[in-house]
Amino acid sequence: MLRTNLNSIETVDQFKNLVKSGDKFAVVCGRMGPMCIPVYGVMESLEKKYEDIKFFDMFFDSNVAMETIRSLPEVRNFNGLPFTVYFNEGKVVAATSSIQNKKQVKEIIESKLT
Amino acid sequence: MNAYDVIILGAGPAGLTAGIYLSRSRMKTLIVDTGAPGGQMNLTEKVVNYPGVLEDSGASIAFTMRQQAEKFGSDILMQADILKMDLTSGTKSFEIEDEGVYTAKAVIIASGGKPRMLGIRGETEFQGRGISFCATCDGEFFTDKEIAVIGGGNSALEEAVELTKFASKVTIIHEFNEFQAHKWAVDEAKTNTKINFLLNQKVTEFKGTEKINAVISKDKETGKINTTEVEGAFTFIGYSPNTEMFSNLIKMNDRGEIIANEKLETNISGVYVAGDCREKRYRQITTSVADGTIASIEANNYINSVLNQS
Repeated sequence: MLRTNLNSIETVDQFKNLVKSGDKFAVVCGRMGPMCIPVYGVMESLEKKYEDIKFFDMFFDSNVAMETIRSLPEVRNFNGLPFTVYFNEGKVVAATSSIQNKKQVKEIIESKLT
Repeated sequence: MNAYDVIILGAGPAGLTAGIYLSRSRMKTLIVDTGAPGGQMNLTEKVVNYPGVLEDSGASIAFTMRQQAEKFGSDILMQADILKMDLTSGTKSFEIEDEGVYTAKAVIIASGGKPRMLGIRGETEFQGRGISFCATCDGEFFTDKEIAVIGGGNSALEEAVELTKFASKVTIIHEFNEFQAHKWAVDEAKTNTKINFLLNQKVTEFKGTEKINAVISKDKETGKINTTEVEGAFTFIGYSPNTEMFSNLIKMNDRGEIIANEKLETNISGVYVAGDCREKRYRQITTSVADGTIASIEANNYINSVLNQS
């Protein structure tokens, strides 16, 4: 499993309820690899700054990932870990593949979630 | 205001080692990094030549180094963006976004390096959509697919061999006719039946629509344009130093590497440099650890001499 300080999405129901709530949230779907660890760190560092946005991790090899993030059309062409997907009002508003730095993540948050 | 004896910029092997040594000698130490601890060490899946460690991942060794630094009292600030810095005054200062101002009597720059980019069309556009820098992370996405590996050093050849566990065919595209890798790495790649070679090539473009479908290169001798149809491309063409933030502040060579003397002193009093961001020939975890040790001892001596004078 993932060793991060983020909350984890561990069930499909949990994911569906988040989407249904319409809340702003971001999910980093990955493993404990060199491209993923920095992205979890970025999200951890942004949790305090953006209190109205929820940040989650999700284990890439889990069933919940297979049935949710990995089956989204927005990630169809992705082949770099992690898959990071941003939601607002129940819809995917942005999705990125592979490592992202804090600046890139903040740009997406500022343009799509605030 | 957060006052430290030493601020270390970078949490790779050089920075973490300096943190271990300084905090153990009771220097109040802060390690600051724009990313996660470990630096480029995290990219190495299997480290087998680090003395005292039979075999481990780079990320695992980095995690232990971080634990050591924290155990001795180092503070660590990750994902920190430095907005402003003053290196030249007696008291050095850094303004860090969302965190405030931090000061120190001495600074060790250990900002490391980052994978070098080709700077060609398609490279940024297709990152995560066929372009990758990490075989361990992304290799399985290319199971039974044809891919390219760009580069001719140890990393390129070792990772090409690793990628044959997944890919049906790996084409190594290299800019020279000879490899820069060790003989054993070249031999291993040449005897692998899934690997073929396209040498003396200048890679000019990654082509695709929603994701990459070809690497375009030009033969440096004949000028012939080659289209290598692939679904993925991994680039391993070396590293460049993370020193942009110090440009015009500190003395560097034309490659952007910080210049230092044997004590790892830079041209600014109280500012030291360690690891891959400095001008040197060999870049290994061991050489970064050695740099971190030297810079920390010298920074310690500097602070003690400044204190004695005042």
